[in-house]
Amino acid sequence: MKGVQFQRLRDAGDPAQLAAAHSEAGADEVVLLDISATHEARATLCDTVRRTARELFIPFTVGGGIRSLEEAMAVFDAGADKISINSAALANPSLITQIAGRYGSQAVIVAIDAKRIKLNLNTDGDAKDGAARDGDARFEAYVSGGRKSTGRDAVAWAREAEDRGAGEVLLTSMDRDGTGAGFDCDLTLAVSQAVRIPVIASGGGGDTQSFVDVFQRGGADAALAASIFHFGLRHLADLKSELQSAGIPMRWPC
Amino acid sequence: MIALVDYRAGNLSSVKKALDHLDVDAAITSDPELVARADKIILPGVGHFSATSVLDETGLRGAIVESAKRGVPFLGICVGMQWMFDSSEEAPETPGLGLFPGRCERFPESVKSPHVGWNTLVCDDQSRLLRGIPTGSFVYFTHSYRAPLQEGTVARCEYGGEFSAAVEKDRLFGVQFHPEKSGATGLKVLQNFCGF
Repeated sequence: MKGVQFQRLRDAGDPAQLAAAHSEAGADEVVLLDISATHEARATLCDTVRRTARELFIPFTVGGGIRSLEEAMAVFDAGADKISINSAALANPSLITQIAGRYGSQAVIVAIDAKRIKLNLNTDGDAKDGAARDGDARFEAYVSGGRKSTGRDAVAWAREAEDRGAGEVLLTSMDRDGTGAGFDCDLTLAVSQAVRIPVIASGGGGDTQSFVDVFQRGGADAALAASIFHFGLRHLADLKSELQSAGIPMRWPC
Repeated sequence: MIALVDYRAGNLSSVKKALDHLDVDAAITSDPELVARADKIILPGVGHFSATSVLDETGLRGAIVESAKRGVPFLGICVGMQWMFDSSEEAPETPGLGLFPGRCERFPESVKSPHVGWNTLVCDDQSRLLRGIPTGSFVYFTHSYRAPLQEGTVARCEYGGEFSAAVEKDRLFGVQFHPEKSGATGLKVLQNFCGF
């Protein structure tokens, strides 16, 4: 289990308390995503990061709306171990290198929101994509919380992010996000085979088998459950013990 | 007082928070005189091996070496532990302390690098630093280079081959993993060190 993504901060409760509870329950990392990510909310975010980090002794990642080295520095100063960047990295890829240069690659996660795009094949079967078959897909990177297409190929972008100094890729399947229908193993495999850095799969995590699949078929190095509250705390422990029984190396018992 | 040596590489606040949690008096400092007077010294480190060259430029290296000679307990974390070896492939021109023999090297191509995440330890029962921590315990790693096994190795970890996860000799200690990020197991390591 990769950790905890806090959506709707206000509804979910106090992030600092939730993070401590999840850590206690066996989460291996905690990810705090500021989904509002407005400029005004920045000071509040740093305060939340500070309070959350104080009693948290497992890795702590913070993301959402970090646009510059200065903003990243403020979040690190508040106690984050890693930061996650998405839109800003695509708009200004050198930001990855800047942050990695100051804090090390291990501190920079590039988040990629990818959507499956069906290939258009000619009706006479004369595929212009060579070996492409009907049903084959490529994956495109989206920004701004999945609202805007970039036209960039997600796999190529992951490779570039690695070259520029990213330490991990947090890969979210937009198609599967929130569905519980299982991770997109094709997408995960395509990216994990293209890069040497660890790939965290996200989007679609549901039953135990979906996690087994993304580790065994998708080549994921970690999995993030975005809808952790659907599992509940007790279930996080159950999931980890079931995955261990299924032969997935797992920090369990903690 | 424990001196947490600040050489402007990486985030020291997480180690400080862990020590605060353990109710241990510690100060983040880059002042060689403060380091020389400390009861114990911790050298954390995240980042590039070459960053340790700052220790030479600021006189911190001398303060650390002198204290270590007098038997002041010393703990190197991550790159801080690697610095206790002779050198590292990451920055061949930057000399280490040579307290433990060998050169830190890159992970082989057969595994993903950096080595990020939780992994298990194979511990030496005789280790003072790892007292109460059984083999099979999980700790958190994040590193692209690794220290070789040698006589002072008290914990091994397997990732594309075995490497030194913890070393100790007299009052010198080093851990490749991050005790401040390794949950209860990591806090126990820090507590053991603070008790020396």
